[in-house]
Amino acid sequence: MTFSTVLTSLATSIPLEEHSSDVIAPSVNTPAAASGIFTLMFLLIALPALGAVLLLLLGRRSDKWGHLLGTLMPIGSFGLAVAMYFAMLHRPAADRPVTQHLWNWIDVGSFQAPFALQLDQLSICFVLLITGVGSLIHIYSIGYMKGDPHRRKFFAYLNLFVAAMLLLVLADNYLLLYVGWEGVGLASYLLIGFYIYKPSAAVAAKKAFVVNRVGDVGLSIAIMLMFVTLGTFTFEGVNEKIGSASPTATTWIGLALLLAACGKSAQFPLQSWLLDAMEGPTPVSALIHAATMVTAGVYLIVRSNAIFDLSNTARTAVLIIGAITLVMGAIIGCAKDDIKKALAGSTMSQIGYMVLAAGLGPIGYVFAIFHLLMHGMFKADLFLGAGSVMHGMHDELDMRRFGALRKVMVVTFVTFTFGWLAIMGVPPFDGFYSKDKIIESAFGQGWVPGLVALLGAGVTAFYMTRMWTMTFTGKARWTEQNEHPHEASKWMLFPMIVLAILSLVGGFTLAWGNSIENWLTPVTGFAHAETVLPEKIISYSTLALVALGALIAYRQYRRDVPLTAPQHVSALTVAARNDLYGDAVNEAVFMRPGQWLTRSLVYFDNKGIDGVVNGVAATFGGLSGRMRRLQSGFARSYALAMVVGAVLVGASLVLVRM
Amino acid sequence: MSTDHYIVLSAILFSLGALGVLIRRNAIVVFMCVEMMLNASNLAFVAFSRQAGNLDGQTIAFFVMIVAAAEVVIGLAIIVTIYRTRRSASIDEPNLMKY
Repeated sequence: MTFSTVLTSLATSIPLEEHSSDVIAPSVNTPAAASGIFTLMFLLIALPALGAVLLLLLGRRSDKWGHLLGTLMPIGSFGLAVAMYFAMLHRPAADRPVTQHLWNWIDVGSFQAPFALQLDQLSICFVLLITGVGSLIHIYSIGYMKGDPHRRKFFAYLNLFVAAMLLLVLADNYLLLYVGWEGVGLASYLLIGFYIYKPSAAVAAKKAFVVNRVGDVGLSIAIMLMFVTLGTFTFEGVNEKIGSASPTATTWIGLALLLAACGKSAQFPLQSWLLDAMEGPTPVSALIHAATMVTAGVYLIVRSNAIFDLSNTARTAVLIIGAITLVMGAIIGCAKDDIKKALAGSTMSQIGYMVLAAGLGPIGYVFAIFHLLMHGMFKADLFLGAGSVMHGMHDELDMRRFGALRKVMVVTFVTFTFGWLAIMGVPPFDGFYSKDKIIESAFGQGWVPGLVALLGAGVTAFYMTRMWTMTFTGKARWTEQNEHPHEASKWMLFPMIVLAILSLVGGFTLAWGNSIENWLTPVTGFAHAETVLPEKIISYSTLALVALGALIAYRQYRRDVPLTAPQHVSALTVAARNDLYGDAVNEAVFMRPGQWLTRSLVYFDNKGIDGVVNGVAATFGGLSGRMRRLQSGFARSYALAMVVGAVLVGASLVLVRM
Repeated sequence: MSTDHYIVLSAILFSLGALGVLIRRNAIVVFMCVEMMLNASNLAFVAFSRQAGNLDGQTIAFFVMIVAAAEVVIGLAIIVTIYRTRRSASIDEPNLMKY
């Protein structure tokens, strides 16, 4: 039984509710060529790319002002993006997507790869998120990286990341998207390993790179399959022709895209790198490993909605992966004492929500993106808060050594609280609008995904409240002499305040009058979920579960928290502390057999192939050692040999004649 | 006189020369024996030249003489040098380049 048939049988075992009654298909308008302000689209990418190039080429000469230049670049892009957003807003929906063909990148016979950008309703959401949150995090980094001798290099890499991420979301074909995809992978590698002198950071960077390569293979296979079956890999071409492809091909393209998404978005089974990626500086964790890069997988799936709409198998696989990761991430988040790792588990879990929503099809795409945007705001806020706490506590990450910080870090406390309320989904904060919609849509798919999403919300409330309680309330488990906690500088506080405000107002702004749905529907399509439960009941039970989770965590962690983690705990806690044995599984399934394979190959190489080669050489060496003895140094014996030889030749000639 | 006589004489001279090269130790004598072998071959060339009625063999005989002259120059120089260093012209003793 192949993998594909297993998935197909799984797909049929989960009943797909028929929601064809009011499905709005994505519109298939050909995007118009860019005009007006949209002709500056290339600048969105070019500005941060220029920043990266300048800062890297100028080297130490730009140490003094490099961080300011590096911060101005994404701000410039953000300004352009806002202008483009308003220009787009004034156009009718059908005219909103625009393209800009810059040059022919690859032009070989029937293989045409244009270097062309496309800005549509979906891309602009990402562009605003990337440049907006990106700019804030650049500003934050000015304060956070103050005193680091390599601050300029840090900003160069951050600019490189922003440029690559913008290329990823602005590309109008999969091949160009792949360039951005690899670019963000590179930037992520460079930034995780920014403290390169720390062995753990170097290892984490390498691990992230290697695991990402596995997913990238999926993307390259998907592109090759598209070209072979459809003869094109532009978004427009694929959307148009995918209907004529065979269902098997569509399914395999979908599964390959899912593999790519799993790698980049740290979804099961490629989730293991994200927790280690927290070795990077905290602004990096906030920008790359929470708000933007790790959501690229969700973008890829939503962008490829035409493919997933046609293949139930691929879509069900997306749904299952999302549900599994949602639960895994939440469990890991509950057990970690390292504040950044707990947040990383939470990121996994929240992206699991998005992937689950994307796996729901037209009823979920919009909410996947909605939650992605909201998550970008509140998770960046939470990470920056964690960075601020860390900064104030002498780089201490262990939450067991925090406590009662609300008195010494008032601004951090308030902003973190906003993020905490937003991620739990407390109205009227961001998460309430987006997560509630996902849970509702999940119930539109059936009981199983719905209940998983619902329970996930409760667990989210538990681990986030645990983090909040352990960090900011209770008794202080630090001493004034050792840690001397203090509030961060203004550079750091400003972005936190902005993000906290966004965590409060972002949700209802975008949800107002279903504006986000109306905005994205032309790209993603939309369908109303017909839920198995009334929507009110789902909403209230979500809130009840959230309150319950929060209450349990508050009661448990408000009282005394031991400085060292208790050892006599349940097997699940032990597993969660060990990242649910993700590394152990990878080691057992891939690493050890791989090592065994390479070792046996090395053995075969040494003993087999080298044996033959060395054996031949040894044989000739030995023989020549014997033959050497003929060179006796006795001139007359040489002469004798010559005479005997001449006589033999002569005699044999005579004999032949006769 | 028929060509056969010349060829028989040439063969006798050549064999004597070869024997001398094999059994004598003195380098000068070995050298003279080599000369004798060369001249035996010259005799055969010239005899065949006469029989065939053209000058090819004689031409080759001249070539051999020229080569022999060159060989004498080099060979005697080597022998003299060896004699100077070893106070002996035995060809069995210089064996520095054996295995």
